[in-house]
Amino acid sequence: MSTLQIDNLSASVGKEQILNNLNFTLPKGEVHAIMGPNGSGKSTLSKVLAGHPDYQVTGGNASMDGTELLGLNPDEIARLGLFLAFQYPVEVPGVSIANFIRAAIKSRLPEGENIKAVEFYKELYLKMDGLGMDRSFTSRSMNEGFSGGEKKRCEILQMSMLNPKYCILDETDSGLDIDALRVVSEGINQMKNPDRGILVITHYQRLLDYIVPDKVHVMWEGRIVRSGDKTLALELEDKGYDWIKEEVAAA
Amino acid sequence: MIKPSNIEIDREKGNFHYPTSKYAFDAGVGLSEDVVKYISGVKNEQDWILDFRLKAHSIFEKKPMPTHWASRDLENIDFDVIRYYLAQGQQPSRTWDEVPDDIKKTFERLGIPEQERKFLAGVEAQFDSEAAYSRMKEDLEKEGVIFVGSTEGLRDYPEIFKKWFGKVIPTSDNKFSALNSAVFSGGSFIYVPPGVKLAQPLQAYFRINAENFGQFERTLIIADEGSEITYMEGCTAPKFETSTLHSAVVELVALKGAKIQYITVQNWSNNVFNLVTKRAMAEEEAEVRWIDCNIGSRLTMKYPGVILKGRKARGEVLSIALANDGQHQDTGAKMVHAASETTSNVIAKSVSIGQGRSSYRGLVQIPGHLEHCKNNTECDALLINSDSQTDTYPAIAIQGNENSVQHEASVSKVSAEQIFYMQQRGLNQAEAMSLYVNGFVNDLIREFPMEYSVELKRLIDLEMEGSVG
Ligand SMILES: Nc1ncnc2c1ncn2[C@@H]1O[C@H](COP(=O)(O)OP(=O)(O)OP(=O)(O)O)[C@@H](O)[C@H]1O
Ligand SMILES: [Mg+2]
Repeated sequence: MSTLQIDNLSASVGKEQILNNLNFTLPKGEVHAIMGPNGSGKSTLSKVLAGHPDYQVTGGNASMDGTELLGLNPDEIARLGLFLAFQYPVEVPGVSIANFIRAAIKSRLPEGENIKAVEFYKELYLKMDGLGMDRSFTSRSMNEGFSGGEKKRCEILQMSMLNPKYCILDETDSGLDIDALRVVSEGINQMKNPDRGILVITHYQRLLDYIVPDKVHVMWEGRIVRSGDKTLALELEDKGYDWIKEEVAAA
Repeated sequence: MIKPSNIEIDREKGNFHYPTSKYAFDAGVGLSEDVVKYISGVKNEQDWILDFRLKAHSIFEKKPMPTHWASRDLENIDFDVIRYYLAQGQQPSRTWDEVPDDIKKTFERLGIPEQERKFLAGVEAQFDSEAAYSRMKEDLEKEGVIFVGSTEGLRDYPEIFKKWFGKVIPTSDNKFSALNSAVFSGGSFIYVPPGVKLAQPLQAYFRINAENFGQFERTLIIADEGSEITYMEGCTAPKFETSTLHSAVVELVALKGAKIQYITVQNWSNNVFNLVTKRAMAEEEAEVRWIDCNIGSRLTMKYPGVILKGRKARGEVLSIALANDGQHQDTGAKMVHAASETTSNVIAKSVSIGQGRSSYRGLVQIPGHLEHCKNNTECDALLINSDSQTDTYPAIAIQGNENSVQHEASVSKVSAEQIFYMQQRGLNQAEAMSLYVNGFVNDLIREFPMEYSVELKRLIDLEMEGSVG
């Protein structure tokens, strides 16, 4: 039961069917990677799981530790413990990183209970240091005018402050320079633990040198068409996706 | 002379029912010369003040409603059913038990201190600000600062206040300044002697009684050369009006090198017409700053202004307006440059929620013979729901190429992606909206004193709760 479990999930946006009978299981304590060509439905999967209102679920189930996710509001899913690091993080003008994270933590506390400011900042600074973020960032407006890499670090910072049970990282590696890739991967690795499942969506094997996955899945046309161990990523790096597409077509 | 009448005043949502028999003084309903004389008589005023009032009354009668730009809603004000003067002496107007539960709850959620709640709800006629005030009063007296009500100010210090009373805002400025001039009572009269810099803000609270929270208060602040004062009025708690018309006049005089900061936070119930005239005069190197936060009301019309009369004078208006369903916030600023090297700055932010409507109206005047004047105007509107409304009417008259003006306006909406992003972090829709609105006004809220900014944030939370699904 300690899994993020997806069975025969189909979803559409408008008239377009994007996810087709998708099956996938992420047990706690493991790190999985999803790779796949542009437009194959990776971000759509993450948004459907997070409860994005634009997508209609047309079939199947998705549950987290036995709790059905489909049909819940995005904030309910988030508070149940699903964290999504966005491929394109959104700006929230005028709201500082510190206040944004505080609000997120506060939404998880029982009514009337407050955050202890001193401890909060201690933890926040510690984690920012770890991610190589300057402390002055706490007062910057959320994602406003951030560079691509700064946005991605900020996603990881939020993830580590919110202690999720399952994390989906959508192309967190894109936009990062070589040093940042190492620092951010380190941040993600520190989040690995037996009570947490991590799913990284990526185009590059390079990330998987730092974050070694227990399993690699390939997504194509809204389905997982192949799964394997970390060597699958190397194979893809080497040969591209055509051979998989051909296999799928033949089947 | 005037019979207590049985005519019902408008008692819409948010109003308390109150028995008029509790009042020691009652000018009855409707406005006439007799009513003006009655008010002046109750206050035992000198002849010149009565004359001032009577003249104002006749101007009020003749003056048309401001029609060229004002909302048609103004036509719905029925001057004949309004009570222009009610005073209960020191009698509270109601008991705590009579205060409706939802109002008590709102006070609680806003974190208004117990003592203040009772005053705000009209359960206590006097706000007891305890030792803090008596200490402050002593300090003020030592410094020669005068801080009294309008009646006492005109009676006890005519040599100081008469000179400026009605000078920054002439009676005939508009129909409502004339109305106020005819029937004013309450408000603060303050004089700060040369060079005195008050470290603590003066609050209307400190010497407040029921009359100060009246409908037609009159305030005059004179900061003598090189002095400094911050004045705060209002609070975030909803003000439950027994009357539907609030029309104040506030005049500020900053003499050479003086600094005045005037902070207002007001939250009116949905049935109130809030039509206020606020203007300052700034002499050489003086600085006047209006910080204004308007929440609630049926219609608010308020455009704080500064006449920059002396060289290097500086004027500023920072304003926040929040218009919810059935509310129209028509606010803005007027900057009249009347000397060279004067600068003005206007930052106005409005939030329209539900079917709320906010309008910005600005006026900036820099005549051609002046040099090196600067104005910066920024107005930003945020629309929360698809039927929320906003409009901007900047009127900028700049002449002379030695002067510069900068004007920026923006209208924004919260996007579905922004809400989804915040929800993905755990905030529900209402919390997400409040956080967004707080972010939108954040740089202005920082300018408010601490206790106000905390209350304002809570108030925004309350306002946003009803705005979603
Ligand atoms: N809101 C939407 N409206 C219309 N089409 C959409 C929407 N969201 C996704 N799609 C379409 O669904 C398909 C899958 O998109 P998705 O973003 O999930 O791909 P991806 O695998 O994440 O691609 P990439 O690797 O480029 O990030 C694409 O064809 C995309 O255009
Ligand atoms: Mg994607």
